[in-house]
Amino acid sequence: MNRRELLKLITVATGTAMIGGNAVFAYSASDNGKGRFSARDTRLLDEVAETILPRTDTPGAKDARVGEFMTVFVTDCYTPQEQAIFHDGLVKLDALSRAEYDRDFLNLDAGQRETLVCRLDAQAKTQAASDGDPHYFTMIKQLTLFGFFTSEVGAKEVLRYVAVPGRYDGCTPYEQGQPVWATT
Amino acid sequence: MAENHYDAIVVGSGISGGWAAKELTEKGLKVLLLERGRNIEHVKDYKNASKEVWDYPHRDQPTQEMKEKFPVLKRDYPLNESTMGMWADEQDNPYIEEKRFDWFRGYHVGGRSLLWGRQSYRWSPMDFEANLREGVAIDWPIRYEDMAPWYDYVERFAGIAGSRQGLDVLPDGQFLPPIELNCVEEDVAKRIEKAFGGTRHLIHSRVANITQPKPEQNRVNCQYRNKCWLGCPYGAYFSTQSSTLPVAMNTGNLTLRPFSIVTQVLYDKDRKRARGVEVIDAENNQTYEYTADVIFLNASTFNSTWILMNSATDVWPDGLGSSSGELGHNVMDHHFRCGASGDVEGYEDKYYFGRRPAGFYIPRFRNVGEDRRQYLRGFGYQGSASRQRWDREIAELNIGADLKQTLSQPGGWTIGMTGFGEMLPYHENRISLDRSVTDKWGLPVLAMNVEIKQNERDMRKDMVQDAVDLLEAAGVKNVQGEEDDYAPGMGIHEMGTARMGRDPTTSVLNRHNQVWDAPNVFVTDGACMTSASCVNPSLTYMALTARAVDHAVSELKKRNL
Repeated sequence: MNRRELLKLITVATGTAMIGGNAVFAYSASDNGKGRFSARDTRLLDEVAETILPRTDTPGAKDARVGEFMTVFVTDCYTPQEQAIFHDGLVKLDALSRAEYDRDFLNLDAGQRETLVCRLDAQAKTQAASDGDPHYFTMIKQLTLFGFFTSEVGAKEVLRYVAVPGRYDGCTPYEQGQPVWATT
Repeated sequence: MAENHYDAIVVGSGISGGWAAKELTEKGLKVLLLERGRNIEHVKDYKNASKEVWDYPHRDQPTQEMKEKFPVLKRDYPLNESTMGMWADEQDNPYIEEKRFDWFRGYHVGGRSLLWGRQSYRWSPMDFEANLREGVAIDWPIRYEDMAPWYDYVERFAGIAGSRQGLDVLPDGQFLPPIELNCVEEDVAKRIEKAFGGTRHLIHSRVANITQPKPEQNRVNCQYRNKCWLGCPYGAYFSTQSSTLPVAMNTGNLTLRPFSIVTQVLYDKDRKRARGVEVIDAENNQTYEYTADVIFLNASTFNSTWILMNSATDVWPDGLGSSSGELGHNVMDHHFRCGASGDVEGYEDKYYFGRRPAGFYIPRFRNVGEDRRQYLRGFGYQGSASRQRWDREIAELNIGADLKQTLSQPGGWTIGMTGFGEMLPYHENRISLDRSVTDKWGLPVLAMNVEIKQNERDMRKDMVQDAVDLLEAAGVKNVQGEEDDYAPGMGIHEMGTARMGRDPTTSVLNRHNQVWDAPNVFVTDGACMTSASCVNPSLTYMALTARAVDHAVSELKKRNL
């Protein structure tokens, strides 16, 4: 794989090109509203991420501190418009939770979280098929997958990582269940 | 004003400048190597060479601040956290886009030799003859036979991994063992061979990554980390730092001066020779003069021409080499971002180990032999097959433990390739000096006026369709042709603007890369190119440089310069 392909663009499994990534977006510089994430936001993002990628016999999203990563990435890499969608999304997510269960997302049990996040995932996929703004959940899911699988915990404890392979073998046996290589 | 004399001055320390310095110093000349940017010391200054994606706060993605700072770089893949500091500052070094031109510059010791793609292919006899045969632009003053021994010479030193194929269209070279194809690529290669009756070939890419150690150069063979562009602590790929600079330094004949922006070649009207160069120190803004018997301009394609445009303007208002009317003209690049990709069924029990800095190559087959298209020239493909990773679409899974489990394992195999097409030299594709805009040092900047034309647009249709046909013929499923937009410069293979030729009225340089109007000035970077071929150009710059130095030193000895 050469450099041009490697860094081309990361399309995460959401049907939408990576938001805030290398892909070229219309961008107008203005105040980007840094520092608008609270500690509670980070906790909320951690819990949503953990619902998407839970700890099993291997680490989950919280172990990889995906919530914190999202706040950094959104603040520094998203356009102001994208940031606004993301921030509004957190408000909407709690509003939806209250409407459905009369409680904030953080106070839902695991089953309720799963049901709610599944519904958002379906909504987001429908919206991704149209041309308009991305759904906030598309952003959260992209950053969860990206943040988790590019983290040290994700790479070393969930995927397989070899710092210095020392050789290239183009045809090795693969046994079902072996993790994917973490880095390309 | 300080006065300093050397036997030779080399301007620029990238791929061709490093070669010029090595060859000149090895032949016993005292050489001053001038580099406009900072020094980067081999290994010691490769600060990100052992970092992984999780070591970057944004996982190697660009921030909005970076995009504001690098409005050109952000247009394509080069803008990322890991190579910050390896690209020219766009605020300090502006240029004008009369038409969009993506200029990706490396202003530091080593230049883009640290960042290059390392694909290294010889030109074929056909490439050197095409202009003459087709009546395009002017004839090259040299042929493949002039270059073959110099290709041998530079390949042996640089270390090119590749396989001998016996193809006329892509001559074999002095190769180290190739970097393997993976099992899917091997099978696709066989199917393509069969489907097209041996007229199209999928072969190992030929790359300047060593697959055997070169202890005499202190270089260790490739460790398959695929982090070349961060600088290689093993010296496993060819760069100025890993290869040419240490040799030049070891002769004791080299003086390297970073932060030295050459503003002009100093021209002696009476002798019709250059006598030296003028330099602005990028740090203290002082002006210095250095004199020498011979000068090599290797400042990168456009910057070598910029220096010429700024030189001897009292004799020629448009600069040294402009008497032909061709200085700044005939800009070329390789147009690309056309190709196809698809899914490969099966091979679920196969995987690979290690990370290749390479892939496969499909040499040009259009307008070769009996094949005739409505456009001139052709293209080659670079590509690879791999198993999908966690960034794949899993339609039936949305969230939860199953999603994590599935994405943690490799997906199916995919294969993809991108064409690199030859761009014709058009006189009207040009760069010029705009004195109304200046850079940080008060120097005039370049204005770019370059576009692709019908020949390239027609070729691009084939670059997509042929890629689709190749993959479908190999049994690849769900094949998708892709044409992404391309702007000149994106190929980072800028060529032309001071072309070689046989006639001083139509070319800037003669057959030994000497400026017709100042034969002790040699230009051996991409500026000298008379046409572009479709193969990556750097190996040819290396060979041209070594050849030109050989001539320069022999002429010096005969007192002809």
